[in-house]
Amino acid sequence: MPILLARGLTKTFGDFEAVKGIDVEVAKGEAFGFLGPNGAGKSSTMKMVAATSPRTGGELSMFGLDPDVDGAAIRARLGSCPQQDNLDEELTVEENLHVYGRFFGLPRAVIRERTEELLDFAQLTERRRDKVEPLSGGMKRRLTIARALVNDPDVLLLDEPTTGLDPQARHVLWDRLFRLKRRGVTLILTTHYMDEAEQLCDRLVVMDHGRIVAEGSPRALIQEHSTREVLELRLPVDGHDESDGGHTELAHLVEGVGERVEALPDRLLIYADHGDAALETVTDRGLQPVSALVRRSTLEDVFLHLTGRTLVD
Amino acid sequence: MTSEGVAPLVPPGPRRVGLAAEYFLRVWRRTWVGSVFSRFGGPLLMLLALGIGLGSLVDDSSGGVGGVGYLFFVAPALIAVQGMMDAAQESMWPVYGYFTWNRMYHSMLATSLTVTDVVLGHLSVIAMQSAIASAAFVLVASLFGAFASWWALLSIPVGVLTCLAFATVLFGVTSRARTDGVFNVVFRLVITPLMLFSGVFFPVDLLPTGMQVLAWVTPLWHGVELSRDCATASADVMSLVHLAVLLVFVAGGLVLALTGMRKRLVS
Ligand SMILES: Nc1ncnc2c1ncn2[C@@H]1O[C@H](COP(=O)(O)OP(=O)(O)O)[C@@H](O)[C@H]1O
Ligand SMILES: [Mg+2]
Repeated sequence: MPILLARGLTKTFGDFEAVKGIDVEVAKGEAFGFLGPNGAGKSSTMKMVAATSPRTGGELSMFGLDPDVDGAAIRARLGSCPQQDNLDEELTVEENLHVYGRFFGLPRAVIRERTEELLDFAQLTERRRDKVEPLSGGMKRRLTIARALVNDPDVLLLDEPTTGLDPQARHVLWDRLFRLKRRGVTLILTTHYMDEAEQLCDRLVVMDHGRIVAEGSPRALIQEHSTREVLELRLPVDGHDESDGGHTELAHLVEGVGERVEALPDRLLIYADHGDAALETVTDRGLQPVSALVRRSTLEDVFLHLTGRTLVD
Repeated sequence: MTSEGVAPLVPPGPRRVGLAAEYFLRVWRRTWVGSVFSRFGGPLLMLLALGIGLGSLVDDSSGGVGGVGYLFFVAPALIAVQGMMDAAQESMWPVYGYFTWNRMYHSMLATSLTVTDVVLGHLSVIAMQSAIASAAFVLVASLFGAFASWWALLSIPVGVLTCLAFATVLFGVTSRARTDGVFNVVFRLVITPLMLFSGVFFPVDLLPTGMQVLAWVTPLWHGVELSRDCATASADVMSLVHLAVLLVFVAGGLVLALTGMRKRLVS
């Protein structure tokens, strides 16, 4: 039985449909992601999965249970990190763990024992008696995750785990999440960072405007929806419309180079299995790029191809 | 597919309410010292200024109110006032904070707790605070000779009941508030006028009929009268009516609180 099973799942706020009938299945032990830009409906979906917000329509089951009927039972087996931290910042680090454990009705002795492990896991042992308020964003996030583990859940839900963190803090956090994954915890996360999705997810769905537009492993998605490499090209834009950086006007100049061209305001993306060869073709046409960069395709390219937009604006 | 180490599910009921209450109790333990003067000082100052100061004038000129010395008239009423004030302090800004500022209500609802557990847990801690404050008031006021009999102890639960009548309704208001600006309005337009015109300092019979009606349809006057009936050992049928009205407010307020909170927190 899958851990999470959704069929035609919808969520409506007033007459606005935030989630428009999605099908998702997550197996035990998987690291599964929802990748999509702001407003895609990721948080709305996560809240339904976390049994904290009722679904509007469709089917949804967690551990084979219906959140509408067995919400409390589902939540008891979940760890949940909402997009917005909701720690009690007046309390100390370990008090936050204690208080949260008590919400689950865990005996104090059990919480005490787990607190040691969790502090160690969150690398907060030294700060255990400090108030939460002055901690850095990364520390608070790690504490939120540690707190979500206090009931020793089978599944950890993470809504944008590293949004707003600096690169170093993100890497520390990813490392922690890898550990959990190795321990067999099922991870279900949302993100609008393609590198995060690539790093953490075995499998993911790409979400846009409340719908799932693609599904697969990061590698399979890239193979299916993009080329092996991408040539990023900036051309001189004098005389062209500056308001959009001019590059949309220039797309015709590289037509036929590579398999496909996407024009962003400030650059052209040429999709080709061999970026260097594509660059040669470009220079052979007499074009003199201001800059040229060959890189491998990412999920960002998949998203761009599927929706015509970039993930982060 | 049950695995070991999963948190035992606490069945719905008083235990889960207790788990929620534990958190609010912890917050109270951390903050009560800081608020003890503002809370407790107010009613006590009124007792001294009005009960003893103004009271001696009243007693000299007209022999008290309805044959009761002014201090004995005012003191039990102030227990009900204190209940209302506690409710107003605890059920607006802090409640608003728990769903907008630190979002701890959301934290709680991500666990085995439900909206009912959280609301009842929070209200029970407010009731407990009110019980302590009422008891402390009775104790201190007795030192000033404001209570003459052991019946005054019955005023303590009346203070708590008055507190709950306001707290439940105000939870309902707060859960529907879009900004925290409304709370000042509630204080100015509801709490303060009620304190002045609910028979605390003079009987409501002295008011025009329209304002007497206002006393009837709001909780404070009923709390004031019931508390007074208890403290002066003069309970009668009307006391039961006051009790019933307060209970209706608590029940209605609970419905308002639970529906509002559910809408706000589980959308
Ligand atoms: N409580 C709500 N009331 C009204 N609209 C909402 C509510 N929550 C989310 N939305 C809307 O639903 C859409 C999806 O939001 P969300 O699920 O938060 O997306 P994401 O997490 O992918 O950024 C957005 O347009 C958002 O404005
Ligand atoms: Mg979101």
